[in-house]
Amino acid sequence: MHDDGKLNEDLVARENAFGDLDENPGSDRDRKRIRGGVHTDRQHDSAIKHVTGRADYTDDIAEPAGTVHAYLGLSTRAHARITSLELEAVRAAPGVLDVLTADDIPGVNDVSPTSRNDEPVLVTDKVEFWGQPIFAVIAETRDAARRAAQLAEIAYEDLPFVLEPDEARDQDMPYVTPPLTLKRGDARDAMETAPHRIKGQMRVGGQDHMYLEGHIAFAIPGEDEDVIVHCSTQHPTEAQHMVAHVLGVASNAVTVNVRRMGGGFGGKETQMNLFCAVAAVAAKKWDRPVKIRPDRDDDMSATGKRHDFVIDYEVGFDDEGRIEAVTGEFAARCGFSSDLSGPVTDRALFHADNAYFYPHVLLNSHPMKTNTVSNTAFRGFGGPQGVIIAERIMEEIAYHRGRDALEIRKLNFYGPDGRDVTPYHQTVEDNIAPQIVAELEAQADYQARREAVLDWNERGGVIRKGIALTPVKFGISFTATWYNQAGALVHVYSDGSIHLNHGGTEMGQGLNTKVAQVVADAFQADFETIKITKTTTEKVPNTSATAASSGTDLNGMAALDACEQIKARLVAFAAEKWGVAPEAVRFLPGRVQIGDETHSFAEFIKLAYMARIHLSAAGFYKTPKIHWNRETGQGRPFYYYAYGAAVSEVSIDTLTGEYIVDRTDILHDVGKSLNPVIDRGQVEGAFIQGMGWLTTEELWWDEAGQLRTHAPSTYKIPLASDRPRIFNVDLADWSENRENTIKRSKAVGEPPFMLGISVLEALSMAVASVDDYRTCPRLDTPATPERILLAVERLQGGS
Amino acid sequence: MTTVSLTINGDRRQVDVEDRTLLVDLLRETLGMTGTHVGCDTTQCGACTVILDGKAVKSCTILAVMAEGAELRTIEGLADGDTLHPMQQAFCDNHALQCGFCTPGMIMAAVNIIERHGTDIDESLVRRELEGNLCRCTGYHNIVKAVLDVAGKLPRASE
Ligand code: FES
Ligand code: FES
Repeated sequence: MHDDGKLNEDLVARENAFGDLDENPGSDRDRKRIRGGVHTDRQHDSAIKHVTGRADYTDDIAEPAGTVHAYLGLSTRAHARITSLELEAVRAAPGVLDVLTADDIPGVNDVSPTSRNDEPVLVTDKVEFWGQPIFAVIAETRDAARRAAQLAEIAYEDLPFVLEPDEARDQDMPYVTPPLTLKRGDARDAMETAPHRIKGQMRVGGQDHMYLEGHIAFAIPGEDEDVIVHCSTQHPTEAQHMVAHVLGVASNAVTVNVRRMGGGFGGKETQMNLFCAVAAVAAKKWDRPVKIRPDRDDDMSATGKRHDFVIDYEVGFDDEGRIEAVTGEFAARCGFSSDLSGPVTDRALFHADNAYFYPHVLLNSHPMKTNTVSNTAFRGFGGPQGVIIAERIMEEIAYHRGRDALEIRKLNFYGPDGRDVTPYHQTVEDNIAPQIVAELEAQADYQARREAVLDWNERGGVIRKGIALTPVKFGISFTATWYNQAGALVHVYSDGSIHLNHGGTEMGQGLNTKVAQVVADAFQADFETIKITKTTTEKVPNTSATAASSGTDLNGMAALDACEQIKARLVAFAAEKWGVAPEAVRFLPGRVQIGDETHSFAEFIKLAYMARIHLSAAGFYKTPKIHWNRETGQGRPFYYYAYGAAVSEVSIDTLTGEYIVDRTDILHDVGKSLNPVIDRGQVEGAFIQGMGWLTTEELWWDEAGQLRTHAPSTYKIPLASDRPRIFNVDLADWSENRENTIKRSKAVGEPPFMLGISVLEALSMAVASVDDYRTCPRLDTPATPERILLAVERLQGGS
Repeated sequence: MTTVSLTINGDRRQVDVEDRTLLVDLLRETLGMTGTHVGCDTTQCGACTVILDGKAVKSCTILAVMAEGAELRTIEGLADGDTLHPMQQAFCDNHALQCGFCTPGMIMAAVNIIERHGTDIDESLVRRELEGNLCRCTGYHNIVKAVLDVAGKLPRASE
């Protein structure tokens, strides 16, 4: 994709960002606003550190004297028995201290996050994918360890292997985790009686996270059984439990710290556990600090990715295009172990309706074991692979009926009158999809532009165009209901400065900034008075992964709870000391008003401290209303839904298959935004990442079962030049969460990822033009230029 | 071991390095200058971008000894005390960062675009020139805006 386009006006319209920074600071007695309160544009709290290179990532932490380095030795077979493992040359290599194998693990050789005991830290006798860790070299330098790791002599006895999910189903490979069925009505009967039926299959590719900072863990041994692990995980509590499990010690001996990650996207939810375990075992064995950082190729070979799916679908519908029944069989490439494949494949089913009502529906998941790396969480967590099928079905019906897919979408939206129940029996109470779509349709001038595209294609040139408008509805909450809890720890020091800690982790999404805004708002103290501190299992225990877009929803509420506790004590203190009613104590910007008297926040806190008021609190939150029974496939797994829609217009070259995205317009719902500039950034980034998933990012295995796209040289994420030439991103500023979430905002991390589907469908329309839109092109993904070209040829051949 | 003499952010330095030491390792490990990041180790991501004798280069693919006599600039040398370089300021103002891991390399590449082309640049040039610097978080939208902002090419909303 290349671009010569002009920046359009909306794009350059400089946001009125950070305006609140200009406001006069100080202890003004009549200040109207604090700096960095809620619902304001506030730059990322680490922005200045980021731009000056002073933000510390795990690899930047100063290494204590005696630090050594670990490096993994990986398998070079997809499925094989190890017949001999010769490590003498590795041990003899310069700088090498020792080699760690499964025998050195004092506790349990397993890092399965769901306790299925199917994921060894280091392989014992059988390798189950190409790139599986077999041993770890410990050496004085990373370079020495990395070189030595190549010297192992390993003999294998090859075993048959399976890579593709449908092949795995055909060969009766086992499920890695129990499958799920969602069912409402009688889909089979309704399918029989439907006026029209379409059956199809879609292959949906996986995706590597390509976080710019790869995996890294740095373990520092302590006294007794203690160990501190600095690492880049989205789930410090789980890393703590895994390290304890592998070391065979209690969780209280292990501390996991994360200041920030250089991107996560789900790839660091469970995948860091292995690195933490290796570093911790080595650190305890040799009583020296141990750091492990694989290079990019090993990172991409040895750690899990987004699940690839092969989906067989069938839809029955009437003459208008209104759906009567849908069935879907979702086979996923889970890899050799379960990891998070259970909840990921569940979420694919939960989102196979996207924004549409299916009167009769039957959906089955098939979490297939394959001889590939164990696939894991990735932004959307299976949801995108469900949504994409709903959109493919809309597209299929549209081509069948000779209508615009947008009309079919509108016809099938959830609505009132009994058309509001999902395949998992949750009632959709907050449906704003029709409103979002109508607004975007008008704003982006969809109808006129679609006419123009049709006219252009009518001329029959080599360059064909396509345009598509696709919506998203995304369920917010962990489907593992117990995960929907969070803790926070807030201290107010006697000088009025505030220390904030919570269980969420910062991976760039601005979570720390938003939670600090909530705290600033609660105390009416300027943002700068709040110190955001690293996530650590020492301060807030038993946390959930920062995932499922829930970071702000959960941790913001927990932090608010802590603030409210402290404020309640302060109010009681002031009411008593000044002899006023509690209502007469008010937290105003930078100050506290007690009856007629006003004190600066710092003065007031000093007085409270002198009066021995407890100025620290642990906050807690659990999401209300949700419940889910996996056995019956019924419940209310989601607290609420987030919505959005995108229109994309593309041009393809029918002689080469190359394409560009000419324009994308997005309207997205984040409820009442805590921080619009950060939310817009999430929407932009998610869209581009979703577009990458469906266009250029191809995972490719060779005949021997080795993933060959294991570096950015061959695995192509979007570049600066791939962005749509015109890119308009708006938040639906009228939206407010109808549920009582933190300041009525909505989660934003994952939902806009699925807006990338508009690009896929626009490409599809451009392809379809070559046989006059008679055939739904049924593009598999990623729709690389090669795939586009093949589809064009297929359709031309058929005309 | 070889002694390399070079100027880093205006300071003359003499450092002993192994012949095979990479420039990025000289910076990060020998000198403790961790603002320059390593994203791929193999010239593909741009996280390690520094400016060597006026040219943006990837420090993971240059031997430290090749920098003999050179003038090297890194992210640490960009700000003037507490005053940010205009490019650093623009990245903050335009929210051109999320996780921040690509940011130092991205800023060095961006500074070099302006140094080589002056402010007579347009969006398509910026996007092409940044092709060697990957960002997985932002979608590049605000990064491109930040660079255009420094070049004075960002029409201001009435302020
Ligand atoms: S680390 Fe040098 S280009 Fe990626
Ligand atoms: S901000 Fe995270 S990679 Fe660019």
